[in-house]
Amino acid sequence: MDKFNELVKRDLSLAFRQGMDSLMVVAFFIIAVVLFPFGVGPEPNTLAKIAGGTIWVAALLSSMLSLERLFQTDYEDGSLELLALAPIPLEITVLAKVVAHWLTTGLPLIVTAPLLAVLMQMPTEGFIVLIAALLLGTPTLSLIGAVGAALILGSRRGGVLLSLLVLPLYIPILIFGVSAVDAAIFDQSVRPHLVFLGALLAGSMALTPWASAAALRQALE
Amino acid sequence: MHRFANPTRFLKLAAIIQPWVAGITLGLFAIGLYMAFFTAPPDYQQGESVRIMYVHVPSAWMGMFCYAAMAVASAVALVWKHPLADVAGKATAPVGAAFTFLALATGSLWGKPMWGTWWVWDARLTSMLILLFLYIGYMALQGAFDDRARGARASAILALVGVVNLPIIKFSVDWWNTLHQPASVIKMDGPSIHPDMLWPLLIMAVAFKTYYVWILLVRIRQELTANKVRILRLKQVHGG
Amino acid sequence: MSEFLAMGGYGAFVWPSYGLTAVIMVVLLIASLRGLKTTEAMFERLKAETGPIHDHSNVDNNNKTTAENADAHEA
Repeated sequence: MDKFNELVKRDLSLAFRQGMDSLMVVAFFIIAVVLFPFGVGPEPNTLAKIAGGTIWVAALLSSMLSLERLFQTDYEDGSLELLALAPIPLEITVLAKVVAHWLTTGLPLIVTAPLLAVLMQMPTEGFIVLIAALLLGTPTLSLIGAVGAALILGSRRGGVLLSLLVLPLYIPILIFGVSAVDAAIFDQSVRPHLVFLGALLAGSMALTPWASAAALRQALE
Repeated sequence: MHRFANPTRFLKLAAIIQPWVAGITLGLFAIGLYMAFFTAPPDYQQGESVRIMYVHVPSAWMGMFCYAAMAVASAVALVWKHPLADVAGKATAPVGAAFTFLALATGSLWGKPMWGTWWVWDARLTSMLILLFLYIGYMALQGAFDDRARGARASAILALVGVVNLPIIKFSVDWWNTLHQPASVIKMDGPSIHPDMLWPLLIMAVAFKTYYVWILLVRIRQELTANKVRILRLKQVHGG
Repeated sequence: MSEFLAMGGYGAFVWPSYGLTAVIMVVLLIASLRGLKTTEAMFERLKAETGPIHDHSNVDNNNKTTAENADAHEA
């Protein structure tokens, strides 16, 4: 566990040293959502109707921004090879990197989301559930994204390719995330939606580190 | 164990089987198409448009089947590092993508007279659309590396990730669909299917499958020969 | 005949479906067959070219060993 924390700390300090990353992601998140009123018009009812979906789609796209570099720098400077040879299983290392990624992108998104919900005229009933759904959903985004980030290491077209690989796999999270918010707004039970989000998180926590580690190993082969 | 696995043996065997598979495919298509147009009755609700089913449904089945085949080939390639499995996965992807695209296009052509629009966010069509994205991702990843072996391994892992995700995607799309759309549309494959319609459908489905086997044989032969060409090229560069 | 082509008013949807399916399947088939043919031709040509690199007396024999080596490599 100490080793795990160390790894997370290492990645966090790296992220902070590169600075601005989290801020940029948040800025992108805000801008992406703010575009919608310009696209569909500022009519409050229209905005309220699409608020949940817009915020979730923007969250999906934002969390993908910094994915490309999740393993890239370590891969290029060779420290990934050291991590693969280290006594800690590579799966745990991946998990540590995912935690660091979520802390630097997922968490800032969740903090910003209520502000965007206000801008999008979301009924207040949806706020708590939006945050809960994002709390359950964004870690899954980071977990799945890590597989994609590991797969594209050393490829010719990184970023666009990554989004092509990862976005279709994000669809279930988007569906349940938005339906949870909608259920809250229409005063229906939000439990099943959140349960599915939780199940997706648990499932991907158990499975994706294996896939990411396998992808990293074959990249280092 | 490696009797069947040996690519050279496979090449010889494939060259013998291929004309037979081709003949069977053409024969099945002849029977299937005849039945689809002349013996199958029009649907009491959908009229003659139901004949689109005989290409739409087999395409959709093959779109899914090919992904499963690709995932199995990928698993074999990753676990046993089997050279044939490697090329089989690669050879399947474009065929599966073509079938998936056909399922979408014919579904849209069928949907226009039935639903009145070219596209409805129907659960099945939506799942097929996502499947098409998965195929495109697989092929894009495969071609994205200078080192062919890397592309093959990375895309094999992606195929396995995709196949685990497909049921989840299917389930979530169904869930999303029932939330947003009351079940009022005409189901594309009616509740009970008459034997006069079932037989042509099954024959067409088998014809699609043997067509896939045919293409697969050709593409695997091509890939294996291309491997040999690469080895000869290397030999030339290194002076033998 | 024209009644058959009309497909009870659905001809504009039935025929494009079959046409598109036929076009895509035939194109894929021809592309695959042609790919096989060109690759095989290239292999034969290279086999003939690579032969003389080995400085043996019998060229035919030599070709065979190269090809066999190529086979052995992927197995």
